[in-house]
Amino acid sequence: MRKGTLKQILLITDGCSNHGEDPVAMAALAREQGITVNVIGVLDKDTIDESGLREIEGIAMSGGGVSQVVYAKQLSQTVQMVTRKAMTQTLQGVINRELKQILGSDVTMEDLPPEKRGEVMEVVDELGETVELEVLILVDTSGSMKTKLPTVKEALFDLSLSLNARIGDNHFAVFVFPGKRGDVEKILDWTPKLEALSTVFPKLTSGGLTPTGPALREALTYFKKKRSLRSLISGDEQYFEESSM
Amino acid sequence: MMNNTLKNHLCKLPSGYVIVGKWHKHSYKIIKPLGKGANGVVYLAESPKGLVAVKLSDNSTAITSEVNVLKHFSKVQGVALGPSLLDVDDWFDPYGKKIVCFYVMEYIKGEDFLAFIQKRGKEWIVVLILQLLSDLEKLHQEGWVFGDLKPENLLVVGQAPKIRLLDVGGTTLKGRAIKEFTEFYDRGYWGMGSRKAEPSYDLFSVAMIMMNACYLKRFEKKGNGREQLMKMIDADETLRKYRKVLMRAIAGKYDHAREMHHELMAVVMDESSRTKTNSRANQSRKGAVQQRYQKRKKHSGILETALIVMFLLFMYVMYLYGELL
Repeated sequence: MRKGTLKQILLITDGCSNHGEDPVAMAALAREQGITVNVIGVLDKDTIDESGLREIEGIAMSGGGVSQVVYAKQLSQTVQMVTRKAMTQTLQGVINRELKQILGSDVTMEDLPPEKRGEVMEVVDELGETVELEVLILVDTSGSMKTKLPTVKEALFDLSLSLNARIGDNHFAVFVFPGKRGDVEKILDWTPKLEALSTVFPKLTSGGLTPTGPALREALTYFKKKRSLRSLISGDEQYFEESSM
Repeated sequence: MMNNTLKNHLCKLPSGYVIVGKWHKHSYKIIKPLGKGANGVVYLAESPKGLVAVKLSDNSTAITSEVNVLKHFSKVQGVALGPSLLDVDDWFDPYGKKIVCFYVMEYIKGEDFLAFIQKRGKEWIVVLILQLLSDLEKLHQEGWVFGDLKPENLLVVGQAPKIRLLDVGGTTLKGRAIKEFTEFYDRGYWGMGSRKAEPSYDLFSVAMIMMNACYLKRFEKKGNGREQLMKMIDADETLRKYRKVLMRAIAGKYDHAREMHHELMAVVMDESSRTKTNSRANQSRKGAVQQRYQKRKKHSGILETALIVMFLLFMYVMYLYGELL
């Protein structure tokens, strides 16, 4: 059986967007396409402002993902934790849907007795270990993020270390916003290894605008492009949204 | 989406509070909190069967995973690899108006690993580590890797002190990716290898626990991880004794816990035999490598003396020869 692909966007930012579409709406759009949006808010020393926090939670909520606000120092642990948690969450969603089909309308994992739940969980674990994963990392490089970028890079290496220990394949791509020319700029094309990043990250320049919404929208098209390109080659690509396991 | 309010009141259940399971209807009376992990809080509680430890969490996924691991362990006969599992159930939390998952395990009364060493002395480090290695060997043989190995997950139990593994939240099937880890004890963090669940992953953590036990603190990585750790080993008197074993564990050279156990034991035996008689009569097999090295050193010393003596003799003969002429 060919397993489907889990698709995630990981947004790393430190505050509010101030340009273009509402990122919360763009996250909802992503979800419609079967792409989960996770957000990590990076703090300096001081706390994040209320509206920034609301936006971070809003994006993750409407993107069907996980959000977490952390100090730059804890970034490494958080990045891998958030990605993992979102994977499990998505897989559990799929399993719950399957359960509903088998057992009737309102049954979720929590409604099963603990003994049965354990067996279902083993399936989720197994899937999480072997499923193919695509993570598009979207890094906010506007003004205040500049000092945190070395930490972000380290955290991304760490993420690749964690995920590449899995049995399933991983594909990473890294985008930054604002880009040199447009709202968003690709700095690393789909690759199984984030280590390739070391050569491209220092080139970054930090600007004033924070076009989170437009960046998310463009990131989506990138998944799409990839999908159509790949379906030309393989033809029968299966995704979790359609697949019956 | 960490719900802090929910977490907070879960951590503050008053003593005397009674939790009743939704499925099995067993009741547990809270006595006091025992600890707080990444995925929940553990309470000491009273049940009809005696004292038990109850772990509550709003993260049902994590609880279910842990229960799965504990269930596998209870199938292993005769060896206690973790606390034994007594009950799994759900509890309707009236404060959060939500179902909270919990499981009940045997209550292990013991002392914190680091506190024990501070109280009883550093000579206990190697003893407890050897015990730990024996337990890990069994765990690995069962096809599991402990993962999040750190002093907080170790307990020293009983009159004849014995180490016990506590939190199985990070325990992973061999060959999969490590689920949970703590940076200081994680070889990935130090740039010394992958996060694949394999015995050598745990053995790296064991080496770091020894470092932690000697320094009584954790330190951050600065620059080259391997060099930094090497320096830290050399700078401590206790660690220096086990340098060879520690460095091999850090470099991931041991494929089995028993190999590390064996070599660590050899160093201990070698050390005690040297302090006792200062003779090399009882050579252990593994210590032989080290001793051979020392012998070679001694050999070269003798060779050096012989050369000097010969040279002096030669000069003397030349002198005599000159005098005679």
